[in-house]
Amino acid sequence: MASFILRRLFAAALVLFAATFIMYLLVAYSGDPLKELYESQAPNKEALIEARSDLLNLDVPPILRYFLWLGGVVHGDFGYTVQGLSVNEVLANAAASTIQLVTAAEIIAIVIGLIVGIATALRQYSGFDYSITFLAFLFFSLPVFWVAVLLKQYGAIAFNDWLAEPTISVPVTIGLALLSGFLWMSILGGPPKRRWLTFGVATAATAAILVFFDLTQWFATPSIGIVGVAATAVGAAFLVTAVSTGLRQRRTLYGALITAGIGVALYYPMLTLVFPMMSWPLLIALAILAVVVGGLVGWFIGGNHRAASARTSAITAFLVAGVLALEGYLVWWSAYANASRIGGRPIATVGSQTPSLGGNFWIQGIDTFTHLLLPTIAIVLISIASLSRYARASMLEVLGQDYIRTAKAKGLSGRTVVVRHGLRNALIPVMTIIAMDIGALIGGAVITEQVFGWKGMGQLFVQGVRSVDPNPVMAFFLVTGILAVLFNLIADLLYASLDPRIRVS
Amino acid sequence: MSLNSSIIEPIPGEPTPDIDGTPVEDRGPIDGRDTKGLSQGQIVRKRFFRHRAAVISLAVLVFVIVLSYSSVGLHVGGLHLAGWWPWHWTTPLPVVDRGHPTLNLVPGPDFGIGPHPFGQDEIGRDVFAIVMRGAQQSIMIMVIVGIVSTFIGIVFGALSGYYRGWVDSVLMRFTDVIITIPFLVVGAVIGNMIGNLGAALLAVGLGLFSWTSLARIIRGEFLSLREREFVDAARLSGASDRRIIFKHILPNSIGVITVSATLAMAAAILGETALSYIGFGVKPPDTSLGTIISENQAAFNTRPWIFWWPGVFIVSIALCVNFIGDGLRDAFDPRQKKMPSARAFARAASRQALRDHRAATKSAKAANGAKV
Repeated sequence: MASFILRRLFAAALVLFAATFIMYLLVAYSGDPLKELYESQAPNKEALIEARSDLLNLDVPPILRYFLWLGGVVHGDFGYTVQGLSVNEVLANAAASTIQLVTAAEIIAIVIGLIVGIATALRQYSGFDYSITFLAFLFFSLPVFWVAVLLKQYGAIAFNDWLAEPTISVPVTIGLALLSGFLWMSILGGPPKRRWLTFGVATAATAAILVFFDLTQWFATPSIGIVGVAATAVGAAFLVTAVSTGLRQRRTLYGALITAGIGVALYYPMLTLVFPMMSWPLLIALAILAVVVGGLVGWFIGGNHRAASARTSAITAFLVAGVLALEGYLVWWSAYANASRIGGRPIATVGSQTPSLGGNFWIQGIDTFTHLLLPTIAIVLISIASLSRYARASMLEVLGQDYIRTAKAKGLSGRTVVVRHGLRNALIPVMTIIAMDIGALIGGAVITEQVFGWKGMGQLFVQGVRSVDPNPVMAFFLVTGILAVLFNLIADLLYASLDPRIRVS
Repeated sequence: MSLNSSIIEPIPGEPTPDIDGTPVEDRGPIDGRDTKGLSQGQIVRKRFFRHRAAVISLAVLVFVIVLSYSSVGLHVGGLHLAGWWPWHWTTPLPVVDRGHPTLNLVPGPDFGIGPHPFGQDEIGRDVFAIVMRGAQQSIMIMVIVGIVSTFIGIVFGALSGYYRGWVDSVLMRFTDVIITIPFLVVGAVIGNMIGNLGAALLAVGLGLFSWTSLARIIRGEFLSLREREFVDAARLSGASDRRIIFKHILPNSIGVITVSATLAMAAAILGETALSYIGFGVKPPDTSLGTIISENQAAFNTRPWIFWWPGVFIVSIALCVNFIGDGLRDAFDPRQKKMPSARAFARAASRQALRDHRAATKSAKAANGAKV
């Protein structure tokens, strides 16, 4: 194993060496970095040109300059930009904001992509499957910059206008309710009678919620309330139990319900005592505490199935804690939206944060969220398309295997067959594809960052290319290249550890 | 899926045996057709035309190509052929009705395309002409990138897959190096370098860096095909390497190559428009669909049509090419069968159950009658 990793890393280093060499020469020969100075009218033109040549070693031919650059990189020095800034500092800021954007988008894309892919695989050749397939092809064919401009227009500007007076008209309510009914009907499926029942229930529920939102002006002062939190928590308990062990495991269900109850009981103490002094370490500590408490409850109630019960309750606890945190954000929402810097237009179109906003943990969090929202949607839409296709193909492949037939034949429930025997095996190839995609994702985020004025690595790269400046371009390329190589290695190791038939050697 | 298809797939050349072993005749013309002596080309064509989305996409794509090249004419190098559209994409015209589009599909007095169906931009140029020219350039870049990358991909993949050994090592390590560089990154640098020299040259430059996945796929195909019996037979009868590669292996991997080339072209048009959008692709005065959007995105509130139309054309071209690729994949893949929907299966099963039930009650009645 260790020798495999070492060999792979050595090969990767050679590949990176060659790739950086090609890149460096391409950038260096793509133009003249002194062009703007030659054309300038500044009186000290000669001195400026000399200073820049000295700083960037322009008197050395590019092939040799590459080795000067490489020597610097080995010592942790990425050189200077054309403007004379240290690339190290610029890169640190840029990398932080890009990684924030890409991580958020990738996590959401994985969750939604997997769910959609598996749902379409289970309903293969249904109307739902065909519609999702068409949508996947459509998203796959969308230019991200075009989507981004549309999102800015309709997701931010029009939505902010609507937020000023959030009324939902009757036709919109009816349309959304029918749409949701249709969606639930096609996802859950079943015999015609059950389909119609699903359709009716989902339509009525959606319509009721929308009318409630409209009457209470919910979007102006959003909050879940203790009733909403309780309903969500109980729903989460049932759902997690249904997926992980099945509802017939009564003890597990009770454990999850007790965990949900503890969460609801903590609603007022949390909101009044703990949340006003929230910080990141405290939030993480509370999340861990929730998981531990949930696990303990499940463990003591679980009876003969302690491990499964503890797992179920821990996941429920985590979800309930998430709902509580969401409520925390919602409580401070109107304070954020009405702050003088925001001026009632909360969804941002440019940048990664509102300058000099101030405010507590929650307000800062909402600010990050409103800035992340649109670029994340743009990236997620396009990543989901391919991810859901992979997940679908992989799930179908697994469901066609003999061991699935065996599992069905020995009388296991549909849930056990799909989740234990199907899903676990289907995830192996999908995981490796995800790992390989991450490197490409950062490269692809260049366009998204450009549209949303996000000061990340994409900006660094585009400006570098424009001003024929190899150092920032190479810094960008080195980061994406190293990440791509690393995640490829991780994908291989993951495959080997998840699938015992594969051996690394 | 393979499970189901193996159930309904007839074994070529012999009638499908029923469950209890009694042979039944071929059911229906569709199942039987593939088993009769058709050439591979005929089978593929037939399967492709059965893929409804792919056929519609092909029709739309052909329409877009014909529309774009016939409307504003063909302008390649020194060759200039005028089209049937009266305006040129660079001619400023007097602005009519603040440049609003005159295309109206609602029946009534204003029905028709009018003088400027897609509207005009701020200096009065006809947006239809601009978009047609942009579509021409984007389609041309897509095709050139497809041809260049397919050619290099075939050469690299065929050589390393057929000869293996050190040739394979060298070529594949080189592929690894190129694959490490994201398309957008190298595209931006190349665009910045030679973008001024015209769209065709830019396309060749992009093609030089987008063959890597093709090469890997073709290599895999060659690696498996070179071990097959017909290649052994050809080698034993004294065929040269060149003959084996061109006459035996390459025709057999044409399916994989066509599908990958199509998908590479869909990626190319999205890549090109994205590059043009950030200003490293096709540069003014020439135009492409991405360049149009890049130049006009600030005017979204005042002139949204300059923004909508090029986007619609990018999406339709990319979507069509993707669907055609999907149709080709299904057509070339012998395991793929067009499947009846789950509901059709369920209906057939319930019909069968009803028939069984009737037969059972009939025989039960008969048995009862015999008893009486």
